[in-house]
Amino acid sequence: MQTFSAISLFRQGLVGQRGWSPQWRSPEPKAEYDAVIIGGGGHGLAAAYYLAKQHGLRNIAVLEKGWIGGGNTGRNTTIIRSNYLFDESAALYDHALKLWEGLSQTLNYNVMFSQRGVLMLAHTVHDVQVFQRHIHANRANGVDNEWLTAEAAKAFCPPLNITSNIRYPVLGGALQRRGGTARHDAVAWGYARAADALGVDILQNCEVTGIERDAAGAVVGVETSRGRIRTRKVGVSAAGHTSVVLGMAGVRLPLESYPLQALVSEPVKPVFPCVVMSNTIHAYISQSDKGELVIGAGTDIYTSYTQRGGLHINTHTLDAICELFPRFRRLRMLRNWGGIVDVTPDRSPILGKTPVAGLYVNCGWGTGGFKATPGAGHLLAWTMAKDEPHPINAPFTIERFRDGYLIDEAAAAAVAH
Amino acid sequence: MLLIPCPYCGERPELEFVYGGQAHIARPADAGALSDEEWAEYLYMRDNPKGPHAERWRHTHGCGRFFNVVRDTANDTILAAYLSGQPRPPKSTGGAPR
Repeated sequence: MQTFSAISLFRQGLVGQRGWSPQWRSPEPKAEYDAVIIGGGGHGLAAAYYLAKQHGLRNIAVLEKGWIGGGNTGRNTTIIRSNYLFDESAALYDHALKLWEGLSQTLNYNVMFSQRGVLMLAHTVHDVQVFQRHIHANRANGVDNEWLTAEAAKAFCPPLNITSNIRYPVLGGALQRRGGTARHDAVAWGYARAADALGVDILQNCEVTGIERDAAGAVVGVETSRGRIRTRKVGVSAAGHTSVVLGMAGVRLPLESYPLQALVSEPVKPVFPCVVMSNTIHAYISQSDKGELVIGAGTDIYTSYTQRGGLHINTHTLDAICELFPRFRRLRMLRNWGGIVDVTPDRSPILGKTPVAGLYVNCGWGTGGFKATPGAGHLLAWTMAKDEPHPINAPFTIERFRDGYLIDEAAAAAVAH
Repeated sequence: MLLIPCPYCGERPELEFVYGGQAHIARPADAGALSDEEWAEYLYMRDNPKGPHAERWRHTHGCGRFFNVVRDTANDTILAAYLSGQPRPPKSTGGAPR
């Protein structure tokens, strides 16, 4: 692997930048791997990287039906935070946030992680009480989160409209200063490059069409559009298509796949210093380093695999954005798109073993999987390598729905639903 | 935006409706007799197919009534609409993308 540094950049400058090699190989599939990850998004690539880096496996493949980072990794609004209510969730998301904090150095790849702060707005007395509860719970769990009055929120984010004559006036907000954004493509590419350097085969345009099992039911291989691959460990990290992939092994999951849309404006000079989210009026916004305002909303109301949704969902979001930030009313929107998110009944992920031996799953991240990328990959790798969950992901089983141990972020979440 | 054929009112824009999730999930007659697996299946497990899906819709801003639709989730084509309580139409198993 060519290491990126100021010196290597200088040296390449002397030869006209013609000495760079591809950042990962495009190998042909081997007949057998020690472990296979289905899904070449950030989560799957991270899992392959940590399997190779921390658990000593070298003969690993990542199977991606399209191109790496082309699913939800490239379609989200890149918001990173860990201020979730319950102990289990706070541990899970803060584990990921701690990995984010050193990720560019770990991967020798600038993922442009920017801890610019995530401000979540309260518009009703109920919001205020819920956020205060979150702040206390977060601080008890060692997760930073603080209350800002409307005036303090305006000082932190000057474009914010805190006048009282709007439909849902801003009463204050919860600020997680360690939260922020990262460059989503760079996360996929950085993990791919680092995994490839450790010998991981990244197989693109390789769609899994079947999961093979032996007489005892254990996984022995996968059928793909590029041939049959033998393996005894399969980790599924397929986001919205998880139900389809695990259906190949006869595993039923409590998932529903919904379109989630986002859109960006034309690029403008730096005008927006942080991330602002409003769950009550369904909008979140930040500004990318390219200058585009990145805007997201809630999901469409029906299940679908189409990677598109209704324009009225985006219109509803822009109504809220224009009221909260009147200066953006004359901005043109550049493009919009959708991704398919797999949602669980309690809005917490499923990360662990399945009833099938040798088959592991990382799914159910719903509308908020990007922030968890390093943590989810790390924990999926741990679970696959040791055939038992890490203490952090131990509560996030499929069986919690049978046993009644829900982690019910749906009812009390700091998440936009 | 979907154009949804309400069996009572005709085709109307999606904005007039709310989604009711997977259709034909009957509440168990004797819930107390179920095992934990069966109760979790009823409450939480869903088919979530990439393809034809029987689902409930309610025409909230119209007649206010529930009905069922078969929609192909791979391309959002609506294949059939029928009254609640009726069985899923046999021909609603595949559709051409539009």
